[in-house]
Amino acid sequence: MRVEFTVNGSAESVEVEPRVTLADALREELGLTGTHLGCEHGVCGACTVLVDEQPVRSCLMLAVQARNASLQTIEGLERENGSLHPLQQAFSDCHGLQCGFCTPGMVMTAVHLLATNPDPTRDEIRAEMSANICRCTGYNSIVDSVEQAATARGALARDD
Amino acid sequence: MKPPPFDYAAPSSVTEAVDLLAATEDAKLLAGGQSLMPLLALRLARPTLLVDLQDVEALSSIETSVRSVRFGAMVRQHQLVGSTSHPLIGSAARWIAHAAIRSRGTIGGSLAHADSAAELPVVATAVGATMEAVGRGRSRSIGADQFFHGLLQTALAEDEVLTAIDFPLPRRWGFAELARRHGDFALVLVAVAEMPSEDDRTHHWQIAVGGIEGTPRRCLNAEQEATVAGVHTAAQIEAVARLASTEIEAVDHLHASATYQRAMTAELVSRALTQAVEPTTISEPSQRETAP
Ligand SMILES: Cc1cc2nc3c(=O)[nH]c(=O)nc-3n(C[C@H](O)[C@H](O)[C@H](O)COP(=O)(O)OP(=O)(O)OC[C@H]3O[C@@H](n4cnc5c(N)ncnc54)[C@H](O)[C@@H]3O)c2cc1C
Ligand code: FES
Ligand code: FES
Repeated sequence: MRVEFTVNGSAESVEVEPRVTLADALREELGLTGTHLGCEHGVCGACTVLVDEQPVRSCLMLAVQARNASLQTIEGLERENGSLHPLQQAFSDCHGLQCGFCTPGMVMTAVHLLATNPDPTRDEIRAEMSANICRCTGYNSIVDSVEQAATARGALARDD
Repeated sequence: MKPPPFDYAAPSSVTEAVDLLAATEDAKLLAGGQSLMPLLALRLARPTLLVDLQDVEALSSIETSVRSVRFGAMVRQHQLVGSTSHPLIGSAARWIAHAAIRSRGTIGGSLAHADSAAELPVVATAVGATMEAVGRGRSRSIGADQFFHGLLQTALAEDEVLTAIDFPLPRRWGFAELARRHGDFALVLVAVAEMPSEDDRTHHWQIAVGGIEGTPRRCLNAEQEATVAGVHTAAQIEAVARLASTEIEAVDHLHASATYQRAMTAELVSRALTQAVEPTTISEPSQRETAP
């Protein structure tokens, strides 16, 4: 089946079998391998992307269900001038990653968190990020990263 | 970990969906996919056809009346979080998984999937919700007490679509849950609701416990005690909670012994009733609490 959607602002069209997940369409058809697949049944969160601004497990959505949707993946976060998104910068500064496997899902989950709750408490960050599993960091540095990004974005907003 | 092959259809009306279900052997409805997709990935289900309900616009309505709120089956779980039109659902929905699951998962999918450790079936049982189902050439209403038949089993026939669920509004309510980690399915969860009688002159308590048996359990003796003796004092609440813990049939499992499940039932009934009479004690899943 032919499916059309936009990914990080550009219109895309893929030809997929109905059983192909959105994650596989992004990775295999469009070469967007930033979206990682860990468990492929909804528990690890590595595959989290935004669909019409909502966080979604892309392993639990069929590509055909994403027709006409607007998708955001980790590849779309970097600025045009090559500078990092505040969350990417914060994950780098605070050692929010080690092997990096969970990171795309963590960052996309945090993008949604900060879009809906710009000034979260540490407990709120923990609750929201607990959707995603990390086998390396022990999570504290991930919470630090999200907290730093929230502060940085708050500072940006106040400068405007 | 990849789904097996199937055909895919996306009808725009309930009638078309029902016709597709009736005409195809082993066809399955697809709502949010948050329970069905894992089953496909693990190859625990092998439908020949998935009938996706996402284009059936008629299933996404929310209608509020004085006595109840009627949710279309395709209302997404994230739309329920913090709902002021039905505050008990608004509170319970915060406990459903995580944002990325709730943004796809639907109210109808959760009820049709009928996991007794899920929040919405327990709330539906506590308030006595009515499920509206449409099959080929027929439609019917099914009360919550008739709807859940066992673990992942409901009264729905193979060719029936759950179209809407009518949730009566309680006068006072409480919701409490114990899960091993934030967002996990509950070990034990409790919803309590003080429901008005038909003529609004009297009220009676309804108490539902999930996560322990195959279907949510109404604790009828505890309900009777709460309604007749009242829940004005801590001692009265304790008496109701203790009674509820004797009404469930718990068996030991990996994560909790039967004794622990009964003790937690008493604790959570007590917390839910305390919330009902003192709404300032309502807790949210992001507030870290130590397990009782
Ligand atoms: C990691 C993870 C954690 C989760 N944690 C929780 C949790 O803590 N609490 C909780 O409640 N849920 C939890 N869920 C499940 C989630 O809430 C599901 O969304 C829900 O159980 C099913 O809803 P759905 O819309 O996704 O249905 P689907 O997965 O699309 O369908 C589920 C079943 O219902 C049938 N069905 C769907 N819609 C209809 C309809 N209108 N009429 C008739 N049959 C229908 C389908 O054919 C299928 O058999 C979790 C899921 C995941 C992946
Ligand atoms: S790969 Fe999608 S949740 Fe694990
Ligand atoms: S950084 Fe390795 S899994 Fe999270």
